Amino acid sequence: MVLAIILVLLVIGSVLFHFLSPWYLTPIASNWGFIDDTLTITFIVCGFVFVVINLFLAYCVYRFRYSKDRRAEYEPENKRLEWWLTAFTTVGVVAMLAPGLFVWAKYVDVPEEASLVEAVGKQWSWSYRYPGEDGILGTVDVRHIDAKNPFGMNPDDPNGQDDVLVSGSEFHLPLGDPVKVLLRSKDVLHDFYVPQIRAKMDLVPGMITYFWFTPTLAGTYDVLCAELCGSGHYNMRSRMVLEDEADFRAWLATQPTFADTQTVQVATVSGSPEEQGRQIAESQGCMGCHSIDGSPGVGPTWKELAGRTEELADGSAVIVDDAYLVESIVAPNATIVAGYPPIMPAYQLDDAQLAALIAYLNSL
Amino acid sequence: MAITDVAHDAVDYVRPAEVAEEELYHPKTWLGKYVFSQDAKIIALQYSMTAMAVGLIALVLSVLMRLQLGFPGVFSFITPDAYIQFVTMHGMIMVIYLLTALFLGGFGNYLIPLMVGARDMVFPYVNMISYWIYLFAVILLLASFFVPGGPTGAGWTLYPPQTILPGTPGADWGILLMLVSLAFFVIGFTMGGLNYVVTVLQARTRGMTLMRMPLTVWGIFTATVLALFAFPALFVAAIMMTLDSVIGTSFFMPAIVSMGQTLDYSGGSPVLFQHLFWFFGHPEVYIVALPAFGIISELISVHARKNIFGYRLMVWAIVVIGGLSFIVWAHHMYVSGMNPYFGFFFATTTLIIAVPTAIKVYNWVLTLWRGNIKLTVPMLFAIGFVFTFINGGLTGIFLGNVIVDVPLSDTYFVVAHFHMVMAVSPVLAVFGAVYHWYPKITGRMLHEGMGKFHFWVTFVGLYCIYYPMHYLGIMGVPRRYYANEGSTGLPDWIPESAQVLNAGISIAAIVVASVQLVFLYNLAVSTTRGKRAGDNPWGATTLEWQTSTTPPTHGNFGKELPSVYRWAYDYSVPGAKDDFIPQNVPAGQETGDAR
Repeated sequence: MVLAIILVLLVIGSVLFHFLSPWYLTPIASNWGFIDDTLTITFIVCGFVFVVINLFLAYCVYRFRYSKDRRAEYEPENKRLEWWLTAFTTVGVVAMLAPGLFVWAKYVDVPEEASLVEAVGKQWSWSYRYPGEDGILGTVDVRHIDAKNPFGMNPDDPNGQDDVLVSGSEFHLPLGDPVKVLLRSKDVLHDFYVPQIRAKMDLVPGMITYFWFTPTLAGTYDVLCAELCGSGHYNMRSRMVLEDEADFRAWLATQPTFADTQTVQVATVSGSPEEQGRQIAESQGCMGCHSIDGSPGVGPTWKELAGRTEELADGSAVIVDDAYLVESIVAPNATIVAGYPPIMPAYQLDDAQLAALIAYLNSL
Repeated sequence: MAITDVAHDAVDYVRPAEVAEEELYHPKTWLGKYVFSQDAKIIALQYSMTAMAVGLIALVLSVLMRLQLGFPGVFSFITPDAYIQFVTMHGMIMVIYLLTALFLGGFGNYLIPLMVGARDMVFPYVNMISYWIYLFAVILLLASFFVPGGPTGAGWTLYPPQTILPGTPGADWGILLMLVSLAFFVIGFTMGGLNYVVTVLQARTRGMTLMRMPLTVWGIFTATVLALFAFPALFVAAIMMTLDSVIGTSFFMPAIVSMGQTLDYSGGSPVLFQHLFWFFGHPEVYIVALPAFGIISELISVHARKNIFGYRLMVWAIVVIGGLSFIVWAHHMYVSGMNPYFGFFFATTTLIIAVPTAIKVYNWVLTLWRGNIKLTVPMLFAIGFVFTFINGGLTGIFLGNVIVDVPLSDTYFVVAHFHMVMAVSPVLAVFGAVYHWYPKITGRMLHEGMGKFHFWVTFVGLYCIYYPMHYLGIMGVPRRYYANEGSTGLPDWIPESAQVLNAGISIAAIVVASVQLVFLYNLAVSTTRGKRAGDNPWGATTLEWQTSTTPPTHGNFGKELPSVYRWAYDYSVPGAKDDFIPQNVPAGQETGDAR
């Protein structure tokens, strides 16, 4: 009796939870409403089955509870019933699978007019590349990657010279036009994940993956990594701004092309030294490992770092001054703070950038 | 063929499979009897206790994870690295070293010989070696907690390239110990597994046709066959990754710039590893599920005092599910970057599996229909299993249907789904089985009051942990995150209430974990203080309850092996004296004294 009641309560509770819980799909910002529709169909079919079978289970538990004076029925098989149930289940499965495959066919079929953007992942930051005026992305190779050429652009490829490179915490897309997002990883698996667009795909080193969507709702969206990629996985973040065509064009024009980055030092940062330092830190992806609020991370927090005495892996101690900070940026593995792995890459920044970054660090 | 043919045909045509009692080697020393034992029953207990001990470690790890998720930042010793190490070790231990070892090494060893009427496994010595290799694998795995860098934090899926690169904890020593441990586990399992298969095929007693075998044996047998085909894929993947890590081959490693360093790898494929891993990994789900299916069929039939409904269809469902489980693996990889056209094939095969699986659920419930249901502790766990399995099975349809999987993959929906179907359900089956067979193993009953308390807290608690978790996933909260708050703050679509839910889930998890101590206490104290059970306390038909001594001695059945005259589910047969007829009662003697 108690079991039957609890089973019924769990069924009712589950259904109520579904309708009353504040946690459900985020407002959609792409053309993939079809995905939400398929999810709804699946909920209806599965919800129906869940309720019916479990209530029947509860009924049996109550109705056929043990009695000394009664015997169970002896019925080894019932072919008719078994066939009916099999057929009924098959219909339910087809009702969910058919629309699912129909939508999947759209998902794998990228519209020809789709524009291109490339998202590049590394542990633990994002950067982005647009094809520039010619609409063609230049070729890339891991061998070309260095501090001066973080995208690994082929310097001899004319198609790549006008590619727009965004090493920042933010990238933009215009509303209303389908976009094919090409995905490339420099090191390990990542996954480009913005819940509001529903679509997602892994980044796989050694190959280019992709998905497509049409932005439909203006706004700023968090970009997360959805494939475990090491210590800083949870902190591999960026932002996607969806805006109208004109704003997008204006923003894109402020970003450097590959040719720009190889010749002149373009001023992509502005403001006070501390503010410039903050922007550099964001664009270099420093925050993937270093928190600024004292919370633990892959590397030491920057909060009140300057002036702190750190214990080093070799047992000695060092007072964190400007010289030590510079060394830790340009040759990070020379001295390692105790308790942290020697995994930080060396950064080649010019003196002005270093000065801004140090100013920022001193301000925290 | 009518069912009566299956149930009551003659026994003569089945080749006798007899081992004279005298031919068995009986150990003389205490060491030979209880430590280096070749008796499947002792080996079963060794497997079970080791698995449960290592499972307790994994349980503690899950509580530590929940502490971080429920109360982020409160426990400073849980760093981002420690967190993903807990995630990894919890998953790997629970799936391989607990559930696989317990269902096959534990229940398989204890129940197969007894239920098919054999004296022991056919290769007792190999069986013993199998356990010691398993123990060695467990020790290697646990050793990784004590090496520099700690255990691997690559997730239980061990996806390269990150597994063996800096940036993932344990990339030097932890991962090597994990890979070598897995290789040894596979070797040990293969020895045990061949034993289970050959025993079922060759050592059944007179009259025990395949279609008279209890569904428990069918479940364990089919799961073992799956494992023998699936584990080699894991084995080669582990060896290739070891080579990539130690001598710098590039099986899974493409050209990479890791932490600013250009590495020497080139040309390998990370996706190849994923195919190998899931070629093992998906059948692994059924390696855990099929024994549970069998056990649940047994418990429901015995305690509802009714024949299992649709026995033949149940057997075929087990076999078909086992077969299909080898052609669905890439449904774990819909967003992995594999050829997107695979999605059509793997979504279709995956949803086809829903049909035989649904049949199993229908038949369990229809077995209860017009039964005479005794709500014993094993039965409570069995019904709890059916409830959670329905839930977990249905959410599998969401994830199997490729396009629905896209937004849900890598979120807490996945975590909630696989825990419901592959953790909660099998664990409820394990508990039910322990309460059911403990009287045979020890001769005493487990305490019923403690058992019921254990059931209610565990069943309701686990459901409260995992059901709401699905909705975090539907909202989009990603899994394997140390914290939802990152360098860009808390994503604006995650409301504060989500943190409240996480705290609630963590408290429920701590309660459920603590209550397992009651179960352990019950297990320990009942060995001496439990009510005496007798040979057949549940009134069950299968052969393990027909032994002349309880617990059964070495050789299982005394001088004379039983002969089998009927299927395993003759409960409440009209006209019979008792409401059960053991399998070794000849036709025509049902009205006599069945005991």
